[in-house]
Amino acid sequence: MGLFYTFHFYLFGVIAIISAVAFVTRRSPVAAALWLVNTMFCLAALYVMMDAQFIGAIQVLVYAGAIMVVFLFVVMLLNLGHASDVTDIVGGKTKLAAGLVGLLLLAEVFVLWKDDGAPAPVPAQQELEPGVIDQVAAPLFREYLLAFEITSVLLLAAIVGAVVLAKRRVT
Amino acid sequence: MIQEALFFSAVLFIIGVIGVLTRRNAIIIFMCVELMLNAVNLSFVALSRLYGIAGQVFVIFVMTVAAAEAAVGLAIIISIFRHHENVDLRNINLMRG
Amino acid sequence: MLLQQVAATTGHPLSGTVADWMWLLPLLPLLGFVLNGLLAVVSVYRRGPADPAAESGHGHGAGHEAVHADPAHAGAHGTHHHVPPRHKFAGLASIIGPAVLFAAFGLAVSIFGAMSGASHLEQPYVQRYFTWMPVGDFRIEAAFQLDQLSMIMVLVITGVGALIHLFSVGYMRDDPGYPRFFAYLNLFVFFMLVLVLGASYPVMFVGWEGVGLCSYLLIGFWFSDKANADAGKKAFIVNRIGDFGFLVAMFLLYANIAALDFVGVSQRAGELAPAIVTAICLFFFLGCAGKSAQIPLYVWLPDAMAGPTPVSALIHAATMVTAGVYLIARSAVLFALSPVASLTVAVVGALTALLAATIGLKQWDIKRVLAYSTVSQLGYMFVGVGVGAYAAGIFHLVTHAFFKALLFLGSGSVIFALHRAYHATHSRADAQDMRNMGGLRRYLPWTFALMWIATLAISGIPPLSGFFSKDEILAGVFARAGHSTLAEATWLGIPGGPLLYAIYGIGLFTALLTAIYMTRMMLYTFHGPNRTGETERSHLAEAPWVMTLPLVVLGILSAIGGWLNIPEIMGFLGPPQWLHHWLDPVVGAPTLAVTGGEAVHLAHRTEYFLIGGAVAIAVVGILFAVVRLKPARLVTKDQAVPERGFARVLANKWYVDEAYDRTIVRPVVGVSRRLLWTVTDKWLIDGLLVNGSARVTSFFGRLGSYLQTGSVSTYAWAIVLGVLVVLGAFTLR
Repeated sequence: MGLFYTFHFYLFGVIAIISAVAFVTRRSPVAAALWLVNTMFCLAALYVMMDAQFIGAIQVLVYAGAIMVVFLFVVMLLNLGHASDVTDIVGGKTKLAAGLVGLLLLAEVFVLWKDDGAPAPVPAQQELEPGVIDQVAAPLFREYLLAFEITSVLLLAAIVGAVVLAKRRVT
Repeated sequence: MIQEALFFSAVLFIIGVIGVLTRRNAIIIFMCVELMLNAVNLSFVALSRLYGIAGQVFVIFVMTVAAAEAAVGLAIIISIFRHHENVDLRNINLMRG
Repeated sequence: MLLQQVAATTGHPLSGTVADWMWLLPLLPLLGFVLNGLLAVVSVYRRGPADPAAESGHGHGAGHEAVHADPAHAGAHGTHHHVPPRHKFAGLASIIGPAVLFAAFGLAVSIFGAMSGASHLEQPYVQRYFTWMPVGDFRIEAAFQLDQLSMIMVLVITGVGALIHLFSVGYMRDDPGYPRFFAYLNLFVFFMLVLVLGASYPVMFVGWEGVGLCSYLLIGFWFSDKANADAGKKAFIVNRIGDFGFLVAMFLLYANIAALDFVGVSQRAGELAPAIVTAICLFFFLGCAGKSAQIPLYVWLPDAMAGPTPVSALIHAATMVTAGVYLIARSAVLFALSPVASLTVAVVGALTALLAATIGLKQWDIKRVLAYSTVSQLGYMFVGVGVGAYAAGIFHLVTHAFFKALLFLGSGSVIFALHRAYHATHSRADAQDMRNMGGLRRYLPWTFALMWIATLAISGIPPLSGFFSKDEILAGVFARAGHSTLAEATWLGIPGGPLLYAIYGIGLFTALLTAIYMTRMMLYTFHGPNRTGETERSHLAEAPWVMTLPLVVLGILSAIGGWLNIPEIMGFLGPPQWLHHWLDPVVGAPTLAVTGGEAVHLAHRTEYFLIGGAVAIAVVGILFAVVRLKPARLVTKDQAVPERGFARVLANKWYVDEAYDRTIVRPVVGVSRRLLWTVTDKWLIDGLLVNGSARVTSFFGRLGSYLQTGSVSTYAWAIVLGVLVVLGAFTLR
């Protein structure tokens, strides 16, 4: 855990947060989406730095690559790309209230965090080998096989549902 | 680094929450929800270093569900748009009691 | 106790004879009921909804009610003569209905033959079939009991019943509910036989309720007319009051001696305290008053004439209404123990006889005259069984079944003829009102002759049956007034002896009234000029043989029925006191208990004097009616003027129905309407509980629904604030 590592860890974290703030404050949906993509890239970097290379990879592929593209696609399909500054963001008082609530939540989380103290030390055998996909794949296809299969059904249902909802009625 | 990762996770989550509360564009709110999911994913990954690989498995599940959600949710937004010609949440109150 | 009876039964002289088949007696009419009921049900389903001739009052056989219903279709069909089609199963039903009765009568006669031939019949022949109600150690058996009393009743029911079934074949000929009628009639006979054959009070009660049900069904047979349905309901409800008494009496018996079968009760009756016996007997008599139409519950019987006339003959004259007399004779052991209850029975019977006879004097509906006559004669029977002359009461029951069935069937014949005549001319006139009759002897000679026989019999002219039975009762009262446990008892502070003499006097006076109103009915119906109408007159004719034949048979029975029980002093006529000896094993001991251990004996001179007096009174009554009443001056119903003065009171039945209406019906209806319906049901239950709880629920539902704004941001805020609160709660821990 050299300084180099620590520096970059913080760097990506701070960029992620700044991008997220930029994301919620941008009025243009396209800009917001691109800032969110930026956050996701930073998160992918953090995953890789925390020895979750596979997750980092699919974060880029699925989230930044696929899901966000779908979002952008819809934004552009519906021609919502321009900023609608009058209607999109709520008034000042509500903004203030939301910010207050957010700070309160954060404060509460930190209070609880302090209460619980540091997590228990990692058992030796659970120290992960870096960059090994089969470490993720093995439990996924053994212990969580049923959940995995159910997810596939969920995806199928989502596909059918999306088609049914979004298609135009052909008369 | 786990502490820091969890801190980032919490902050990102709160930003997502504030986004949900302050925006009126359905698509943006949707993206805020995605941001919250990502924040949780970060916690999962960070904690998987402590408690084993199951955290990463869950991240995969969360991503799958998020993908499904995005598909259906965006389809719903498209139908709403066809009906209202916009995606302003204030227009969507069919469930009012 | 049970073991004893079983031992007694197995060695019974009747076991092994045809009496073993007594279970078949009620089963035959039940079979008829099932078959006829199937015919009725099948015909309803196969007729289909399109057929307008639903079982309404349209086009049916004779009867008052039919006349009311007719004008509708008479108008629709204009002047051409309309003959309604017979029911498609009429042929089958007219075979099954009477056939089961004749079969049952044949079986009853052969059982009677077996009983006559057997000796040592002191004990009843009890057949047990299965345990009906096992309650702890106590069990009620489904059992039949054959003894001399039930044998007589079975013969009367099946014999007279078979004749009336035969008559119905003609009378109900064109009724659309023909199989239904026979189904009900057969069911009635089944229940009546259960009533008289039951070996215990509960089994008897089954029959008791069953005949009440059939009575209800048959009074309201033409139920599409509301008056008929109301009459049925009245009979049913009034009878419920009596049935309550019957039930309480049974409860008292069970609570005190834990026996409900007749053998057990007669064995253990002595263990009952005097007050308990009186209570039991009075409650039983309340049941009798309901079923047998005595004061104060007699009001349903005249209204029951709304039913078809054969029903009036079978149920409301010959059999069912005499069930109360049977019940008292059956419970003679108990009644003999309670002079007070016996005197009550006699007093109520005498008053009923008198009251009904006075009303009968001024009725115009021929069936109502007979109905009040029936109530009056039932009063006589209760006087008989009340004073402990049980055999005399049963004797009058039998002869009354003959001549009153004859009178009713005769009146049915008359109504049938008038109805046919009015039907032919589409007249709306009342076929039952005597003012529309008159001079019918020329058109209905057979009915005329036979009804005169019955009239003379009921009036007490020797040697017809009514003379013997009525004389037997009156002589019994007179004898017991001199010397018996009743004469020594007091009733409401009145000494029993003078009370019995008063009852005797009332009986004699009622006999006079009976002779007058019956002669009046005959004069107005058959004598004088005809008032039916010019065009209708040509349609008047005697009914077909299937209706006349039962009349002839009943006429013969009414004439010679007295030979069943000839008084000792008329021994020259035949073997005396046959019925008395026959019933001796059943009611002999109670009779002796009432008379103080020795048979009653009047001096022959006294007895001749009493008989002479009774006959003289009957003759005076008839002559009085013949001299005073002028059928020639009578006008038809639509021209009649209302009576004035006392006659009006009598014509309106002493305003008893009105009094009941004011004192009981209207208060009950008022309380029900105002308190039970409006306050309790409408406000409390419907308003407060049902709608109130719905309103409370919907109030909170509405309150909750305001939370549902349908706006996503509200929900998001709610979720976030919820999380805030929950996490805050954790931090405060």
